[in-house]
Amino acid sequence: MAEIKNYTLNFGPQHPAAHGVLRLILEMDGEVIVHADPHIGLLHRGTEKLAESKPYNQSIGYMDRLDYVSMMCNEHAYVMAIEKLLGIEPPIRAQYIRVLFDEMTRVLNHLMWLGAHGLDIGAMTVFLYCFREREDLMDCYEAVSGARLHATYYRPGGVYRDLPDSMPQYQKSKWHSEAEVKKLNQNREGSLLDFIEDFCQRFPKCVDEYETLLTDNRIWKQRTVGIGVVSPERALQLGFSGPMLRGSGVEWDLRRKQPYEVYDRLDFDIPVGKEGDCYDRYLVRVEEMRQSNKIMQQCIDWLRANPGPVIVDNVKIAPPSRADMKDDMEALIHHFKLFTEGYCVPEGEVYSAVEHPKGEFGIYMVSDGANKPYRVKIRAPGFPHLAAMNEMAKGHLLADVVAIIGTMDIVFGEIDR
Amino acid sequence: MESLKHKLEQHFANQLVECEFNRGEVTIYIEAEQIIPVCKVLRDEFAFNQLIDLCGVDYSAYGNSGWETKQATEHGFSRAREPFSQIDQVDEGFRYAVVYHLLSVQHNNRLRLKVDLIAETPVIDSVTSIWHSAEWYEREAFDLFGILFKGHQDLRRILTDYGFVGHPFRKDFPLIGNVEMRYDPDQKRVIYEPVSIEPRTLVPRVIRDDNRYLQPHTEVKK
Repeated sequence: MAEIKNYTLNFGPQHPAAHGVLRLILEMDGEVIVHADPHIGLLHRGTEKLAESKPYNQSIGYMDRLDYVSMMCNEHAYVMAIEKLLGIEPPIRAQYIRVLFDEMTRVLNHLMWLGAHGLDIGAMTVFLYCFREREDLMDCYEAVSGARLHATYYRPGGVYRDLPDSMPQYQKSKWHSEAEVKKLNQNREGSLLDFIEDFCQRFPKCVDEYETLLTDNRIWKQRTVGIGVVSPERALQLGFSGPMLRGSGVEWDLRRKQPYEVYDRLDFDIPVGKEGDCYDRYLVRVEEMRQSNKIMQQCIDWLRANPGPVIVDNVKIAPPSRADMKDDMEALIHHFKLFTEGYCVPEGEVYSAVEHPKGEFGIYMVSDGANKPYRVKIRAPGFPHLAAMNEMAKGHLLADVVAIIGTMDIVFGEIDR
Repeated sequence: MESLKHKLEQHFANQLVECEFNRGEVTIYIEAEQIIPVCKVLRDEFAFNQLIDLCGVDYSAYGNSGWETKQATEHGFSRAREPFSQIDQVDEGFRYAVVYHLLSVQHNNRLRLKVDLIAETPVIDSVTSIWHSAEWYEREAFDLFGILFKGHQDLRRILTDYGFVGHPFRKDFPLIGNVEMRYDPDQKRVIYEPVSIEPRTLVPRVIRDDNRYLQPHTEVKK
């Protein structure tokens, strides 16, 4: 009999199913994985060290670039850490706006995940459907912050500005006739809130569409049921959080268990899986999209009824209004100081965590009283998830590795930092 | 959370160096030798069954500022061109700290555990046998700070490049790095050279005693 040897396979770093720059060294026995060793760090930018060399507010933009498919949630943890150190609380309207955009971000993230995960294991159409809805949400991002992805919208003490009263409209061009433009602009006549509300009414139907394509799909089930099973005990041992933990049947959601902002006033359910396999995690995430939609609608209703300030009235932390600066010397000085030197934060250390679409996203911040953080540590949810790659992939076939990477919802911006 | 602090103080009467309750968070400080027994008890008796985060901190530049702010000076920050000379030579004693963030899903508590390590030999026992998730976190702390974890099965670099020299998150490692990389058409390969960029600080680091947060400027625990 011929001698059979294990062989080593290099997967990535430039591979479409590697979701970025993952390099996997797979030790194989035939087509079965014996050992998987992920090599990460190909996207390491030293965000934490960069943050140590900049005034607090200048690092908000870096947070967007961590997990670049759920931008505002990253910012949220960062500004919450600063707020905790400063001992300030944003106005209630700002809290609602943050929750609204956090949930929008969750939908954005899950849509990206669903599309890419589907594409990885052979479902092309879902990708196109998901990106259709993502487009509308990114328009909301743009309307509120001017950027479709890297918003830099949250600030310590609130958000940068209030929701706009109008949506940007499509213009007539040589590609779009008057009639087409009119149709495209139909839901953009009112304010941003009208636009989001219109989206929220449409969205559950869209989720139904994705589900028709996947949930009972024979091939989808063959690729996901029983793949990458993690027991609840192991999930805790491995440091899982978010949908990865809930998929294994642990009911743990920071929005409910350690509520921040106004989550304790909102009504939503937490989906929990049973088997802890890829299929359950898929179901959990799909249900989370529906729940996020529900939260968004509640926020819209509240925001319509309650106008008010969106950032703290404290010129040491938030810039004074443009109008004040025209005739008030003090305001001008505050503005200058704030944008050149920043603000000093009292000495101490905090850990603040949010329920990020991927799990628990935390910022551990040490301040020595300066205008720059002394140490920032970003607790990225994807990091422990990917660390469990070996355990989850062992004994599966090579093709299942792709399903497992997909189910972890890996984004290298946050893992490599 | 207050009650957790009392319980911890009672249980670890001899092992705790300090126990703090600050901004709604409990922090305990212990000696490096105690890490394994204390963590075992925390996991098994206090139900801290999740290690959420583990990271290193380098305290050697703590409290240093780039610009005198207590009194008026005659010179400015000279466009931040001067090298950052403020970091005095790293002194003996506790320079690093390893910070563990624990979470108990059962009791819904969080706990921060801090261990100080000395500058010459930053070594501590690995907690991978207690929480599996420590494996990569310890690799990261080793990579970025050069902290060694005794008993770790596979202590390799994780985030930096293959063949990287140094520990980039130490305070004496320049932000700009030490080497830069380019393709050399003559040798037909990628080569490393010392950096050509001059380090600059755009905004000086200042510490102002703001009277809104009047509190004694506590010394770093040394």
